Amino acid sequence: MDWQTLASQLFPQGHTVHEHEQFLSGTGTVDGETVAVIGTTGHAPIGIEIALTQATAVLATVRTHPGRPILILVDTQGQRLRHRDEMLGINSYMAHLGKCIDFARRQGHKVIGLVYDQALSGGFITSGLMADACFALPDATIRVMGLPAMARITKVPEERLTELAKVDPVFAPGAGNYLRMGGLQAIWEDDLAARLGQALREADPVDRRRALGFERGGRKLAQPVAEAVSSGAHVLPS
Amino acid sequence: MSSYLECNARERIARVFDTRSFEEFLPPAARVVSPHLAQLDAPVSFDDGVIVGRGLLNGQVVFGAAQEGGFMGGAVGEVHGAKLAGMLQRAVAERAHAVLLLLESGGVRLHEANAGLIAVSEVMRAILEVRAAGIPVVVLIGGSNGCFGGMGIAARCANTIVMSEEGRLAMSGPEVIETAHGVEEFDSRDRALVWRTTGGKHRYLLGDCQMLVADNTDAFRLAALDAIAATQGHAALTLADLEAEHLMLATRLRDFGAAAEPMDIWKTMGIPDPAAIPMLEAHDFTERVQPFRKGAH
Repeated sequence: MDWQTLASQLFPQGHTVHEHEQFLSGTGTVDGETVAVIGTTGHAPIGIEIALTQATAVLATVRTHPGRPILILVDTQGQRLRHRDEMLGINSYMAHLGKCIDFARRQGHKVIGLVYDQALSGGFITSGLMADACFALPDATIRVMGLPAMARITKVPEERLTELAKVDPVFAPGAGNYLRMGGLQAIWEDDLAARLGQALREADPVDRRRALGFERGGRKLAQPVAEAVSSGAHVLPS
Repeated sequence: MSSYLECNARERIARVFDTRSFEEFLPPAARVVSPHLAQLDAPVSFDDGVIVGRGLLNGQVVFGAAQEGGFMGGAVGEVHGAKLAGMLQRAVAERAHAVLLLLESGGVRLHEANAGLIAVSEVMRAILEVRAAGIPVVVLIGGSNGCFGGMGIAARCANTIVMSEEGRLAMSGPEVIETAHGVEEFDSRDRALVWRTTGGKHRYLLGDCQMLVADNTDAFRLAALDAIAATQGHAALTLADLEAEHLMLATRLRDFGAAAEPMDIWKTMGIPDPAAIPMLEAHDFTERVQPFRKGAH
């Protein structure tokens, strides 16, 4: 779904979202309340400039509109793969964006992530995955990398990975797999405006993704292991 | 005195923390291994490549973790990430004096990619949770695998990063960039360029790491103690901290955005004889560049 259609469905009461060089910003109205919108489009590669631009928008919201909810719209091909970005410390720019979002959350801003097209690795962990809760549209693609590249690096034949991907959510791309593993709160099938309103009402700053992944059977060990470490107990056989 | 680079994760823990003070949580004897590796015929490790626990640092209770570069390059899978996150949670619950993270990682473990990606984001948030509780988080980087990918981001969520010249901190590895855009973009076999771009000295000059030490475990230990002492009382991230970082990153982009390679940046900074930088010992280096480096408060 393109961002214009998305924005009009999310905000039937109106919005000012606009695009500038793959960066999305503006506001929308949900249940009479103004929501800040920050994001990317066109499968944006996240280089240092767009990471910093998004951080600027988050900080501006925190300074100028304390408490205003923030919606992060995710469409990215991941971090930009250039020598210049690495030389200038792209990990610092991305971490900065992640810290700004985390800070906004701690200042009482409700933060919702929405993968409306594509989400990949570094572009995702410092945006949608830093929100109170992250959602996706049913056709969204979410992955770390494609199976052919994964086959090359892990030296496991691609056919084998493709076969395993059918039963194990741990490698295969797709919103459904991230849902099962607790990385996504839910998939929004219909009435996006109502879904957004509900997400904002239910937003909770506590990170419950491991518990969700356990309940949904997609990550069976993360929760018991973290629990065992934090309580000093052993992992019980599941 | 031993080389931090040449030590494995357990040896680093033993040498950085007070002698025999470290108690490991969920040790190898618990036999908790990755549930995803066997189906790919990949070997498992009884600690899943990370040691987490609690020890003493000059008598103070400090929680810690060390990633083992020798097992899958220290990459983060479901169990590995959950051990880190659980330790960080416990550090908050038990009001640790500080948390020390000995990072060495290629980032997300591709054999369990989706679980690893979510886990790295959980670790990032858990690090920020520790800081929000007023507990300093200090990262040490000096292993041969460097600190890349999601862990390169997670490292920058800490209060302080201590590196050796041999340590590397970045996002995508040179091989990945070369594969994507060709050898003209980034020649991964040009070791000198790789070090200039991702190594400890360049990171120190830019302000991405706050302390640069010689490659020995004592130097890392002393730097960790200094970093913790300097951070006590203001470990939590504030708006002023974020604004200062924002200014540093915006200024870096403005001043060095057109540079073709790291040595051009060092020249623009005004460092005399930048070509000599790679040859300097840690101590001579930090003395010489002190007036020029960025991000120093």
